[in-house]
This record gives sequence, structure tokens and C-alpha cells, in this order.
Amino acid sequence: MKKMKLVMVGNGMAGVRALEELLKLAPDLYDIIVFGTESYPNYNRIMLSLVLAGEQGIQDIILNNLDWYQQRGITLHLNKKVVRIDRSKKVVHAEDGTIAGYDRLLLATGSNPVILPIPGNELDGVIGYRDIQDTNAMIAAAEKYRHAVIIGGGLLGLEAANGLKLRGMDVTVVHLMPWLMERQIDSAAAGLLQKSLEAKGLKFLLEKQTAELIAGESGRVCAIKFKDGETIPADLVVMAVGIRPNAGLAEAAGIYCNRGIVVSDTMQTFDPSVYAVGECVSHRGVSYGLVAPLFDMAKVCANHLAHMGIARYQGSVTATKLKVTGIDLFSAGDFAGNEQTEDIVLHDTAGGVYKKLVLKDNKLAGAVMYGDTKDGTWYFQMIRDGKNIAEIRNHLLFGQPHLGNSGHQGQDSAAAMPDDMEVCGCNGVCKGTIVKAIKEKGLFTLNDVRKHTKASASCGSCTGLVEQILASTLGGAYMPTPVEKPVCACTDHTHAEVRKSIRERKLLTIPEVMRFMEWNTPDGCASCRPALNYYLISTWPHEAKDDPRSRHINERVHSNIQKLGDYSVVPRMWGGVTTPEQLRRIADVADKYQIPAMKVTGGQRIALAGIKKEDLPKVWGDLGMPSGYAYGKSLRSVKTCVGNAFCRFGTQDTLGMGIGLEKAFWGMWAPHKVKLGISGCPRNCSEAAIKDIGVIGVESGWEIYVAGNGGTKTEVAQFFAKVKTQEEVMEHAGAFLELYRQEGYYLERTAQWIQRVGMDYAKKRVVEDGSNRRALHRQLMKALEARKDPWEEFAVKGVEQQEFRMLEIVDEVSR
Amino acid sequence: MSKWIRVCPLEEIPRLGSRVVKTWKGDVAVFRNNSDEVFALRDKCPHKGGPLSQGIVFDRKVTCPLHGWNIQLDNGEAVAPDNGCTHRYRVRVDKGEVYLDLS
Repeated sequence: MKKMKLVMVGNGMAGVRALEELLKLAPDLYDIIVFGTESYPNYNRIMLSLVLAGEQGIQDIILNNLDWYQQRGITLHLNKKVVRIDRSKKVVHAEDGTIAGYDRLLLATGSNPVILPIPGNELDGVIGYRDIQDTNAMIAAAEKYRHAVIIGGGLLGLEAANGLKLRGMDVTVVHLMPWLMERQIDSAAAGLLQKSLEAKGLKFLLEKQTAELIAGESGRVCAIKFKDGETIPADLVVMAVGIRPNAGLAEAAGIYCNRGIVVSDTMQTFDPSVYAVGECVSHRGVSYGLVAPLFDMAKVCANHLAHMGIARYQGSVTATKLKVTGIDLFSAGDFAGNEQTEDIVLHDTAGGVYKKLVLKDNKLAGAVMYGDTKDGTWYFQMIRDGKNIAEIRNHLLFGQPHLGNSGHQGQDSAAAMPDDMEVCGCNGVCKGTIVKAIKEKGLFTLNDVRKHTKASASCGSCTGLVEQILASTLGGAYMPTPVEKPVCACTDHTHAEVRKSIRERKLLTIPEVMRFMEWNTPDGCASCRPALNYYLISTWPHEAKDDPRSRHINERVHSNIQKLGDYSVVPRMWGGVTTPEQLRRIADVADKYQIPAMKVTGGQRIALAGIKKEDLPKVWGDLGMPSGYAYGKSLRSVKTCVGNAFCRFGTQDTLGMGIGLEKAFWGMWAPHKVKLGISGCPRNCSEAAIKDIGVIGVESGWEIYVAGNGGTKTEVAQFFAKVKTQEEVMEHAGAFLELYRQEGYYLERTAQWIQRVGMDYAKKRVVEDGSNRRALHRQLMKALEARKDPWEEFAVKGVEQQEFRMLEIVDEVSR
Repeated sequence: MSKWIRVCPLEEIPRLGSRVVKTWKGDVAVFRNNSDEVFALRDKCPHKGGPLSQGIVFDRKVTCPLHGWNIQLDNGEAVAPDNGCTHRYRVRVDKGEVYLDLS
């Protein structure tokens, strides 16, 4: 079959990213032809300021080298400017006469710097700041001339000013507004910024309007004159007053433009065979100049070019970081605020730290930070997620609590970390390895880093750190993880969407879900299948059938696989209470099967480790105890203290309570593991304060705490309700667990789930609404009806025998 | 010269599953995917030796149960960006019986 032709006009970051995304989805759909006006392949424009500052060379910022284009069969026309699009014949014409026909046209023409309409703007030595050529012109000027004037005190202007200063020029920044970067930061932060830039030797003229540029004898600019009559010397004038979408080509071809090329949410222009992405477009009336939104657009565009037809671009919230070495500045969202917003401010003038958070309706609407920006990505994520911050409001300003708190020695500032410091303890990845991968492989997202380095790919406790490393390595090019991630690469749908469809459409099997939601792989993968299986059996208990082939081996054979491929088993000891008879049996089994190791677990039980798979059913049969589910995304143990049975401080019957809860909820599958702790007094001997549900006995009854976690990220359980009787505890605990089972995302612990939906929500549904609580509790007990102990099924009833039987070669036939 | 050795009837390998065959060359994992294609690999992940037979099978791949490497069933290679390869054995189905070639 003949391939379709895709022509791309423009060879910049947005366009090439769209091609990369397209090639991932449909590598063979198109013959691709690319026109670029510059003589370089795609490079990282954001890093130009580092080239100007002399911190990086041009080779360092190339993202896709010429081989990249060649290996993918892309025809690349460099130094060729497309001057005309003939839409009726579907052909583009370049200045030098090259023509190319297309089936689909992708416009990624970027933007042009705005040149002020003032006398002298055409003089030698007057430039914009946009590409490698401009950067080289500035570097050359710095060698010969002395006085540089930057018009525009925005992000780009300040980065240019800093670079030229480092190259030895005498630099003045002229700005029309009363403070610098007024579109990104408020006057307080701008004051601190200006002070530290002045300390670097930059000069500022604020609220100054340029009247004209004056030519010297050679015809090159020599001075700049302002409206108020003042004149200062200038051998180089850089205009950094803004950018304008480069829509001229499209406009001339009759494609509807309004400042930018107008596109729909599918990145399509008014001509259905013409798409546009990047700075040249106008989407819902907005043109973007930062890279993260452009990459979002690229992804959507690729989805449609690949005929998948499901993605939508719905606009972006943007964040800014200034890339001037030694200055930390971050801004995101609505930083200015208005009558409906409230501010939380920290202002330490002497220490050079300023942080302002803008809140609206208990949500973070914007943030400006100067001097200490390490929590920028965390705030940005909350802005994008629209997360309710009411409960963390009083320490919100002090940053992300417990960031990466296990195994990082409290280290939380990525930039300050040495290269050989370990970031990901699970996979043994050091900071240097991550930085190297980001630079050499052109990584932009958390997922990229996970794939290539494995950092943060296991327990995830270092995710915050990895995001910081990304942000500090990439500066403004960093793309925070999208608000709601798809379940995995097999689909574009999120966990929430999948759960909703399963419920509303009454989908009962994994193939049904995949068909209905248009999975793009034949039978999913090891990430999505277990999630789907859980969603099905938790939404439709007794109706949806459990699929053992979609479970991790641990849950399939109800044991924990060990590093050498053998297994450990942990029999259930109700409430951590045992008998001499049980212990004797465990000892006998350990002798009989020569079990190499026994261990008392943190959940008050005994683990037998190092059992061969074939022996498992026999071990279970001889133990005669039920499975402790120590392997599952399910109820694990209920840890107890002895309570008032023996303890002189005990106030309540904790053993009875613990055994009661465990007997009620054993065998319950959940989005992730669930652990309970029951203490007889606030001394917390059973660690109830870091359990998914912690029940603490007091003289007058029971206090229930929820959403604690003792794992990679320690979370203290929060107060949920105070009740009088054991029945009430059971009902509250069951209802809370059922709500989590129904609404939590797969692999989300109760702590993360509560962080996402808010404690108020859970209290409203469970504590305040009695009839809903009873309904939830009933639903859970109904789902748990007729549950069977899996070990008994295997050992006594002999189900799934072949799972445990190895094959041996039966006969030998030569053929 | 290939020597085809009968292993078991195809039905004894679950769809999207596997069986382990003890052989004089060590454990061999024989997989069956959703299209009833059959593959055989040395039952050791190139990463840390995990038993691939115990992994989740999808398409023409299996995910190692220990650390989640994805291994291609048809050639034993790890899926990028991971790097490594486990030995592949020839295997075929004839009249509902699975045959393995260990040569």
C-alpha cells in the first residue's frame, strides 16, 4: 500500500515532538518531509540562554541529530523556507523552488520576536532573541562592543541580559512596567530578583519607554533615546518584548487565523487536512510560548495524525522557571490574585527568600517563589490537580512534608545533591545517572526517566526527588506529569474513566473492557490487566469472574515469590494470637519440608521462607491454617496489643476487637494492601497510628483513625470518628474500606487515596451519613459472602493442581 | 538435526500462561499466548534470573515476576530500554501436542 505524505513546515521542538509521538503510534503510516529555515536539526531552544551564558555549546542542545531523521526515513530540507501553500493542489512551495505534495500538512512555524515600531529598528546591531543565529550574533557582538541594552524585562530579556553580562558587556535592561517579569511574578519577588541581578552587575531602567534608536557613524546603532529625553549608549540592542505567532504563511493560504493559526481541540485548522502545533497556533484564543503546553499539543496532534482520533487538547496551566545560574525563581498559575483569593506569604528580605501562595476556595490557584523554589513542582502539581488543601493549609508554605523521606538522609534539594548520591534506593540509581540520561537521551518526563533509568519506577518514594532533578536539569523544558495519567501505555484512558465505564456499562470481563475502551494492545500488559481484574471483581462481586492469568504470581499461588524463585508462606493467626498446638504444627511442617528460614513478621505472624512451588499444596495441607494473604492487594494482618486482658494500662478488649475485625474482613481484595492496628490505649503498642485503619481504645469507647501508612512514605493516620461499641467500629471500618475499594485507584494506598479525595469526603460518606455507612458496610459483607480460603482450595479440594506440577519430558521421538 | 520431543497436549498449558518443563538443560518455560502461539525460553530472566514461567503473559511478551522486565517470547530479548537476552528453544504444535527441540 502506498503511504500517505505528511509535510511539516517548521523544524522546531513542538513539530518534531509531534513527529516523535506519531512515529511511536504509527511508524509506517506516512512518508514524512520536513522543511526548516535554520541550518540546524531540531534543538532545544529553551537552552539557548545557557549557550549565550557560555555554560553549554550548540552541540549540547541538539535534540534530534541528522541521523535521527535519516534512520526514520524523514526527508529533511534545511535552510529552506516555505513561501506558499497551494491548498487546492495540496502542495507547498519553498523559496528555492522545491515543491512537496501532501495528504496531511503540519504547520509548526513557531513565532517571531516582536520588533518595536520605532525609528531605527532596522539598524545593524538591533536584533530579536529567538534562534541560534541571534545567539551567535550576540556572542559576536560581545567580543567587539561594550554597551548592550535589552528592551524588555521578561523571562527572555533577563536571560539574554545575564548571558551578555557574563560575556563581559555592560548591560542595561529597559522595561516599560514598574517591575520585572510582571506577567510571572509580583512586585515583592521582582524586587528581590532585581536586587540580586544588580549584584551581578546588571543595570535596570524601569517604567521607561523607548522613543528611537540612533545610528552611529558606521551606520550601526550607537544609542537609545527614551520618551523622557534621556539617552544612553547602546552598541547592541536586543528586543525581548514578546513573541508573535508566525501565522503569515497560513494566513496567506486562506487558513483562518486570529493572531495565531486557529485550531480546534484536535489541533486541526479550518482546513481538515492541515494541522498546526506550537507557538504559531491560537487555541481557544490563547497562544503559548512555553514548552510544556506545546508538547501536550504535539501529543494530541500525533494521536489524530495516526488516525486514533481520541485525544483532546484542552489548554494548559503553565509554570515558569528563570534559567539564570544562582537565581531561583518559580511562578505558576494565578500569582497575582484578586478579591476572591487569599494569600499566604513568607518574606525574608535579608535571607533573600520570598514565597507567596494564592488560594481560592481552599485550592491553590497560583504560586510565586524566589530564593527557595524546591517545592515549585509540588505546588504546580497541586494547582493542576485542583487539590483541596484545607487540611495541609497550616504547613503548606513550608513545602512538601517527608519528601522522599526513606533512604535519602533527609536530602531534599536536588540541585545541591552530589552526582554520586543515590536517589532511587530500590534500583540503585544515582543522581549523576539520571542527569546523564536526561541530557544524552533527551528525556523530558518522569515516565521517560523511569523507563530509561528505572529511578522511581519501583516504590516511587523518590518520585519527588526525580521530578526535582528533571526540573533543575531541564529548567523550563520540564513537563510535570499530567494531572490524570492513563492506566498504562496500552490505553489513553485514566483509572477513573475505566472504573466509570465498568460500572455504568456493566462490563464483566477484561476483554469486554478492552474492546469497549479501545485498548491499543491485544491483551494489555502486566500493569493494566491486574488493575482491570481488580476493578471488575470489586465493582461486580460474584458476577465478574476473577482471572488468575491477570494476577501477579503472588496472588495467583497465594504465596510470596522470593529472589531465587521459591516461595514463602505466612499462615493467618487471628489478631496475632496463637496456641501451642499451632506452633507445634508450624514447627513440624518446617522440619518435614526442610524449610530453610522462619521469621516472625511485623504483622505478628510467622513466615516460612524458601519453599519450592511444588511443595506448596502439601505444606498448606499439613499446616491446616488459612492463608494470611501476606502477598496480596488485600487485607493483610490485624495487629493487636493485649489490651485489658493483661495490660495494666489497657482500657478495652483489643484482642476481641482485632480478631473480630480480621474474621469479618479476611479475604477482602483492595486497590492495595490494607493493614489494621488495634491498641488498647494511646501508647499505640500495635502501631495503630500508621495503619490504614487504626483503632485505639480509650476509657469511653474507641477512636478510629484512618489513612496511615508505615511504608515508603510514612503517613500518620488521621482521626476519623469516635464511637462506643465494637459493632460501631466494625460498621465504620467496613464502610471506609468499601468506599476505598469502590473508588480507590489500583495500587493507591488509603493514604494516597485520602490525599486525593480529601478526608472531609470520606467522613461525609461514612461518618456523617449513617444510612450510607450501613449501605457500604452491607455491600462489603455481601461481596465477602462465600469467600473461600485459597490454601484449603488448593490443598484439600485440589483445584488448579497443574499450576504446581512441573512437566517432565514424556518420550523422545525423532522426526 | 533437530530432535523434537513431545512435551504435553496444548490444552495442558493455560492460555496466557505457561508450564515449566524439567530437562537435562535446566528448566524450560513453555508459554501459550491468546492466539494459541507457543514459545519456549530458558526459565531465567536475563536480569536477575527470575522464573519467567511465573510472569504475566500478553501478546508475544512476558513480564518477569521479580522486577518487571518485559521479555519477548519469540526471541528471548528484553524489551527496550532493558537490555539482555535469554535462550530461546524451538517449539511447535502438531495435532494438539506440543513438541520441544532442545538441540
